[in-house]
Amino acid sequence: MKLHFDIKKFFVYFFLVIGALIMIFPFYWMIVNSLKTGQDMTAYPPTWFPSNWFNFDNYVVAFEKAPFQIYFMNSVIVTISCLLITTFTTIVGAFAFSRLKFKGRDLLFSLMLGLMMVPFEMLVITNYTTVAKLGLIDTLACLVVPFTSSIFYTYILRNFFLSIPDSLYYSARIDGASNWKYLWRIMVPIAKPSLVTITLLNAITCWNSFYWTLLVINSDTNRTLPYGLYAFMTEGGSDTKLMMAAASITVVPMIILFLFARKYIVNGVARGGLKG
Amino acid sequence: MRIKVEHLTKRFTDTVAVDDFSMDFESGKLIALLGPSGCGKSTMLNMLAGILPVSDGHIYFDDDDVTDMPPQKRGVGLVFQNYALYPHMTVLENICFPLEIQKVNKNERIAKAKEMARLVHIDEYLDRKPKELSGGQQQRVAIARALIKNPRLLLLDEPLSNLDARLRLEMREEIRRIQQETKVTTIFVTHDQEEAMSISDSIVLMRSGVLMQEDIPQVLYDDPNHVFVASFLGNPPINNLDGYINDDGDFVLDDQSAVIRLNEKKGTKGEKVILGIRPEAITIGPDYNTKAEILERYTMGKEELANIKIGTAELRVYISRDQDCRKGDVIDLVLRDKGVFLFDKTTGKRL
Repeated sequence: MKLHFDIKKFFVYFFLVIGALIMIFPFYWMIVNSLKTGQDMTAYPPTWFPSNWFNFDNYVVAFEKAPFQIYFMNSVIVTISCLLITTFTTIVGAFAFSRLKFKGRDLLFSLMLGLMMVPFEMLVITNYTTVAKLGLIDTLACLVVPFTSSIFYTYILRNFFLSIPDSLYYSARIDGASNWKYLWRIMVPIAKPSLVTITLLNAITCWNSFYWTLLVINSDTNRTLPYGLYAFMTEGGSDTKLMMAAASITVVPMIILFLFARKYIVNGVARGGLKG
Repeated sequence: MRIKVEHLTKRFTDTVAVDDFSMDFESGKLIALLGPSGCGKSTMLNMLAGILPVSDGHIYFDDDDVTDMPPQKRGVGLVFQNYALYPHMTVLENICFPLEIQKVNKNERIAKAKEMARLVHIDEYLDRKPKELSGGQQQRVAIARALIKNPRLLLLDEPLSNLDARLRLEMREEIRRIQQETKVTTIFVTHDQEEAMSISDSIVLMRSGVLMQEDIPQVLYDDPNHVFVASFLGNPPINNLDGYINDDGDFVLDDQSAVIRLNEKKGTKGEKVILGIRPEAITIGPDYNTKAEILERYTMGKEELANIKIGTAELRVYISRDQDCRKGDVIDLVLRDKGVFLFDKTTGKRL
């Protein structure tokens, strides 16, 4: 019995380790290659390690060839703007759909859930027309405007809000708290794990957003990192080690963010989905 | 504060939870709203708090008509069954919260909160989060939070049901003590008759949304006006026998298997009645009202319970420990005057 258990466990961990390696390898390869010299790159068979772990020449060259610091700042501005606005609309929306009672609430919410079925690519044309009419094409603003709310995150947060007992609400009401006060003083702090998750997932999405940026941004100075990286690859030739350095610049902030907050991501998704 | 309720009615889509309820709650008293689950007692409480809108009727606090007043303006403190403490706040922040909303300045509200914490004996735990407290301590925090704004009325919803047996005894004494120290009019909801009997100044017994009887606990027990009141109070419960009144004004079991002579001949001849006999309302011989057979005896420490059989009816009664009778014996059963009631079979009303 004991033996059987251990074997089972062994296989579980064995496959988990393999899965983890498969996931990690591209990142490893990217970072390793970004640190290699030209000589390392042409070595055959390819080497697993750079000859010097502190060779940041590729990064320097990449920064010289393209204004990655501008792309980086653009990405930061766009991501933070999206996060602030989306998180706010998500909180307010989730509160309305969970706590406030108004006619047609559930119907409206079902309709919104239905909208999640519509793929982003289908919305691109209408979104494009909208931002064009607003005169925002080729500005950073048009990277933010279409992404100021999210049905999916509202749905997750609404479910979390629903799991907070009614008695807390009534208790706060009797104590004299308004809906607004209750939302920010009681609900939001309790929902912190869910909110962190939502913010993180949203940050990753915003940071990596590429397709829409490609459509609406033309000028060099308004590029975000993913688009900048893409342009760098087409414009800067196919020097693999430079591309890997540029890719690392793009990915590393999100990896760091994830490492800091990963326990919230898993917790938040699991808890948000608990009741619904 | 005196509370007056007039023809209060609450209808939900397909049920009437509280039905034409009228009564006065005395000021400064600890009042129990008692009844089986689903009898409308929590609905009643929520209407007093203002959480639930009223379908019909009026609620007065002293002379103010508060029927349509929102909860925060009524000046009530409510303690929920699950305490509803804010999980992300410490005990101190929880207790302060009502004053924080009223924008009382910080030093003042902390001083007040500490005073409340001392009153309910949780002043050692001010920095803890609710989940680090036991059920009884959480209960105390909830009471302190409800009391801090000097409510005119304190409402407690099933205050003891989430506690284990030992804590329950302790907390019910505490609720009594806190109520007596603060003198705030307090109404608590419970389904536990023992709880209601032991601490309240008066009990309001409800069934299916209707007020059955309201009085001090002892009167409710000794002088019930309805078979439901008699059955709901008392542990072990009252023995109810179905039968009718014969020509001599005595009680006959429905299947005529036994006649019980009544000390007080209240019923009219042929009338269908229920005879209620409290377990402690019998003694044995030398005189007798009826014969009974001992089926079983149980020792309960200071007293003894016995299952006895009168005709075909089985009863559970207390018998004296030094009574010499054994299983299978037939005894002469004497009914006491107190604790024996006759009820009308159809209406359930006391005769």
